[in-house]
Amino acid sequence: MQVTMTVNGEELTREIEPRLLLVHFLRDTLGLTGTHWGCDTSNCGVCVVLMDGEPVKSCTVLAAMAGGHEIRTIESMEQEGVLDPVQQGFTEEHGLQCGFCTPGMIMTARALLDRNPHPSDAEIREAISGQICRCTGYTNIVKAIRWAAEHEAAAAPGS
Amino acid sequence: MQVPAPFEYERATSVEHAVALLENLGSEARIIAGGHSLLPMMKLRLATPEHLIDIGDLTDLAYIREEGGEVRIGALARHRDVLESDLLAERLPIFADAERVVADPVVRNRGTVGGSLCQADPAEDLSAVCMALGAQLVIRGSGGERVVPMRDFHVGPYETAVGDAEMLLEVRVPLRPDMGSAYEKVERRVGDWAIAAAGVALSFDGGTIAEAGIGLAAVGPGTVHLTRAEDALRGQAPSEELFAQAAKIAGEDCAPTADQRGPVDYKRQLAGELTHRALRRAAARALQQEV
Ligand SMILES: Cc1cc2nc3c(=O)[nH]c(=O)nc-3n(C[C@H](O)[C@H](O)[C@H](O)COP(=O)(O)OP(=O)(O)OC[C@H]3O[C@@H](n4cnc5c(N)ncnc54)[C@H](O)[C@@H]3O)c2cc1C
Ligand code: FES
Ligand code: FES
Repeated sequence: MQVTMTVNGEELTREIEPRLLLVHFLRDTLGLTGTHWGCDTSNCGVCVVLMDGEPVKSCTVLAAMAGGHEIRTIESMEQEGVLDPVQQGFTEEHGLQCGFCTPGMIMTARALLDRNPHPSDAEIREAISGQICRCTGYTNIVKAIRWAAEHEAAAAPGS
Repeated sequence: MQVPAPFEYERATSVEHAVALLENLGSEARIIAGGHSLLPMMKLRLATPEHLIDIGDLTDLAYIREEGGEVRIGALARHRDVLESDLLAERLPIFADAERVVADPVVRNRGTVGGSLCQADPAEDLSAVCMALGAQLVIRGSGGERVVPMRDFHVGPYETAVGDAEMLLEVRVPLRPDMGSAYEKVERRVGDWAIAAAGVALSFDGGTIAEAGIGLAAVGPGTVHLTRAEDALRGQAPSEELFAQAAKIAGEDCAPTADQRGPVDYKRQLAGELTHRALRRAAARALQQEV
């Protein structure tokens, strides 16, 4: 079957098998390997991408179901050499070690800050609670997201 | 890498279209809503439908509204919509209690009310909520609509009253005067299924309990409906002793099995304790004494 969706701002059409999962469509069909794949049980959250602006586990969405929707992956975060504030926060606050969970964490954090620019630590922890990090113990991930929130607030016009 | 077995995929453009597809394609066709129960099962090949009918475009089934003395929730309302609904927070706070602990926020962006109830997992939280509330479920087939009470909706584990060529359209919850509701769940870690959970809805008539509903999750072959405890509560004035008596019945009338989440006696104890807490909180909400 054919599927048409927008990925990182670009509309594209591909021939796919209906059973293809969105995570494999992104990684194998489009070569966007920044989105990771880590489990078969929808538990780990390393596969999180934004679908119409909201985080979803791309291993639990069929590529066919994403047809007509807007998908945003980690590859879209850096623009013309400038990191997204969330990415910058992860570098400033040492928010990663091996980096396996990082793309999913960053996408969820981006969606959180788009909705709630001033989250509390509890709200940050709640937002990433569907995603597992085996390395950091989460503390620096929370700090990284807080760093992004504070710097976005400082950079916002009128603030 | 686990992937589903091959199938054909179609998108429904309307409820009528979905029902016609189900009818034409026969028993090997399945609806997919959020896909967060069905796709994991298909990856494990526990489900191998030949056709999937995606109802994701039927966004006019995603409503939550009050109408005719009832709260009506469309089958395609997502967990997140339920959690963030002001109407439910005000009228039926049991929903927000439960949704805060259904899966995790990312799963809640996709999973739907209809998918949850139709999955009929014995540990499913919204089924216990709907049991406590005495919800009515609107089912649609080519011959029209029928309404089934929640107590008759699950006909076995992972089996519902929805026929092969039918779909669930709506959940209706009757609103009663002086009503209070609450949900209590204990899980091993954030986002996990319940070890045990209890949903309670009470309504009052003056100083006595007019109507009581209790549903338990994860402590039986299906959602447990505690009719004996409900009978013990009805017509009585609320008190700690009365709630303790109902909690004791909860521990006796559930039917948990031992698994990695705990042994039977622990689960019985927990079901009783959670019933007790939910009763207290539901009564405090109804009588506006919540602290
Ligand atoms: C990691 C993880 C953790 C979870 N934890 C919990 C938890 O703690 N508590 C909990 O309650 N749930 C939990 N869930 C399940 C979650 O709530 C699912 O979203 C829900 O059970 C199914 O909703 P869905 O829309 O994704 O259904 P789908 O997977 O799309 O469908 C499920 C079943 O219902 C049928 N169906 C769907 N909609 C209809 C309809 N309108 N009419 C007829 N049939 C229909 C489908 O054919 C299928 O058989 C968890 C899921 C995951 C992945
Ligand atoms: S790959 Fe683990 S949740 Fe998607
Ligand atoms: S940095 Fe290694 S899993 Fe999170």
